Amino acid sequence: MEKKATRDGFGEEILALGKEDNGIYVVDVDIGKSCKTTAFAKALPQQHVNVGIAEQNAAGVAAGLATCGKTPFVVTYAVFGSLRMCEMIRQEVCYPNLNVKFACSHGGVTPANDGASHQAIEDMGVLRTIPNMTVIMPADYWSAKKLVAAAAKTYGPMFLRFTRDAIPVIYDENTEFVIGKAHEVQDGKDVALIANGDTVRLAIDAAKALEAKGKSVKVIDMHTIKPLDVDAVKACVENIGKIVTIEDHNILNGLGSAVCEVAAEMGKGKVKRIGIQDQFGESAPYERLLAKNGITVENIVAQAEALMA
Amino acid sequence: MKNTSVAELKKIAQDLRKKAVTMIYEAQSGHPGGSLSVADFVTACYFREMDIDPQNPKWPDRDRFVLSKGHVCPIQYAALGTLGFFPEEVLHTLRQEGSKLQGHPDMKKCPGIDISTGSLGQGLACAVGMALAAKRDGKKYRVFVAVGDGEAQEGEIWEACQTANKYELDNLIVFVDNNNLQIDGTTDEVMPNIDLGNKFAAFGFDVYRINGNDMQQVVDTLDAIRMRSNGKPKCIFAQTVKGKGVSYMENQGVWHGVAPNKEEYEQAMKELEEGF
Repeated sequence: MEKKATRDGFGEEILALGKEDNGIYVVDVDIGKSCKTTAFAKALPQQHVNVGIAEQNAAGVAAGLATCGKTPFVVTYAVFGSLRMCEMIRQEVCYPNLNVKFACSHGGVTPANDGASHQAIEDMGVLRTIPNMTVIMPADYWSAKKLVAAAAKTYGPMFLRFTRDAIPVIYDENTEFVIGKAHEVQDGKDVALIANGDTVRLAIDAAKALEAKGKSVKVIDMHTIKPLDVDAVKACVENIGKIVTIEDHNILNGLGSAVCEVAAEMGKGKVKRIGIQDQFGESAPYERLLAKNGITVENIVAQAEALMA
Repeated sequence: MKNTSVAELKKIAQDLRKKAVTMIYEAQSGHPGGSLSVADFVTACYFREMDIDPQNPKWPDRDRFVLSKGHVCPIQYAALGTLGFFPEEVLHTLRQEGSKLQGHPDMKKCPGIDISTGSLGQGLACAVGMALAAKRDGKKYRVFVAVGDGEAQEGEIWEACQTANKYELDNLIVFVDNNNLQIDGTTDEVMPNIDLGNKFAAFGFDVYRINGNDMQQVVDTLDAIRMRSNGKPKCIFAQTVKGKGVSYMENQGVWHGVAPNKEEYEQAMKELEEGF
C-alpha cells in the first residue's frame, strides 16, 4: 500500500489554495521546510510571513492579519501550535473568533525519534476545551488535502494536525469529507471502531481481522473531534452499544473522552479507549511507541472482542 | 487626520479622564492609574491623528488602535463613546453584565475596538499583523499601539518587535506608557527594564523620547512620525505619570486597579476640572 505523510498533503493543498485566493497566508516559524510550506513561500512571497522561532508572536500576527480580512495558516509542529502558543490562541484567536488556522505537522507520536519534547499527545484535548475552536486530524494524504481545503473555506479558528511520518493512503481523491461530520469507512452491527488520524488505518485492519472471525464491524473516521459528530456517536451507542475508540493522543480528553461524554450522558453503551496511556514518549520507532501504548491492531481486536464477549 | 488644536486636545483629554474615572467609580472596579497616564496619547490619536469613522467602525481603510495594555480600556471607551462609536450613555455600563464595555476590550462586543486584548504582551503582535496586512495590500492605514512599561517585560513584545523590524513596518506606531509602576511596585523593584527606550532602538525602531503627558510634545511627535516613511517602525518612548491629573493617585501604585470612594471621586472630578 502506498504511504505518504499527511503533512505532504497539507503542503500541496495550501499551495493550490494560495494560488486561488490571495487572502490565504502562511505564517511560518522557521520550520517551513519540515512542515512543507517551502513551495508556498517561493511561489507566493506576498502571502508568506516567517516570524522566526517565535510561536507566541506567530499566533498574534496571524490574529492581526485575520482582522484585516486574511485567512492565515500558522504552520508549526503540533506541540508548539497548541501548547507553546496556547494562551495566544485562546485570547487573540478563539475569544474574538478570528479566522486563523493552525496547521501542524508532527502530531501524536509521529515525530518518533525526536523524543517526548516533540511528540504532541495533549494538543487536541487542550484545544478542544477552548470555545470556538475546531479540532481536526485527517487520516491520510487525501483526507488531509480535502480537510485543508474545507478549512480554508470555513470561517473560524481551527487546529489541523498532520503526521510527520508516512502512513498508508486509505482514501482516493474522490472521497469527500465534511468538517464536523464523521466519515463512515464501513458499516457494521456488532462493534463500532471510532478512530482518527494515523490510527484509522489500524482500525481498518482490526475490522478485517474481526470480520475473519465472523464479526460485523462499523469503522468511523472521526477526523473532527470538535465539533464532535454527536449524532454519529449516538447512532453507534443506540444501534451497536459497543465502541472502541482509537487515537494517537493521550487517552485523557481526546477522541475517546469526547465519545465517552456522549455515551455517559445517554446512560448506555460500553466504550473502551485505546490511546497514549497518560505517559510521555521517548526516542523510538513510531510503531514501537504505538505498541507500548497498546495502539495496535491486536489490541483493538482484543478490546473489541472483550466488549462482545 | 483632523486639525484639532493642542488647546482643544488638552480639554478633551481632561474630559476623557473625568469620564474614565466616573466609569470606574460607578463600576467600583477598574484601573484608573494607567487610564490617566495614557490619556493624552489616546486623545491625540482619536481626536486628531487617526483616520476613523464612528459611523463605520469596520471601515477597511481606517487607522487601527491597539490597546495592548488592555486593562486601561476605560480611557479608550471614553474616547469611543465621545466620538459616537456607541451612545454615550453606554459609558455608564462598564463591567456590567451584558455591557459592550467589558473589563478588558472585546472587539466582538464593542464597536471601535480593533482587537480584543487584556492578556498583557499580546496586543503588539496583533498590531504587527495589521500593519503587515496594510503593507501587503498597498494601503495607507497605520496602526497605533499603547504598550505598558511593565507589559514590556513580556517576551512576546520583543518577538513582535523583531517582526516589525524585519517587515519594515513604518506604519506601526508604538507608544510606551513609561509610568514606572506596576502592581507589585516600581518597575525597577519588580523587574528592571534595562534602558527600555534603547531596547526599542536596538530592535530597529525610530525612538522618540518625550513627556507623554505634555500634549504639545505628543502632537509634535505624531506630526514628525507622519512625515517619516523610512521603513522603520516607530516608538514613542513616553515618560508619563500614573494617575495623572488626580493628586492622590499620581505616582501611587496602589491606584493601579482600585476604584475611588465617593469622597475620593468628588475630589478627583474637582481636580480634573480645576487642576490642583
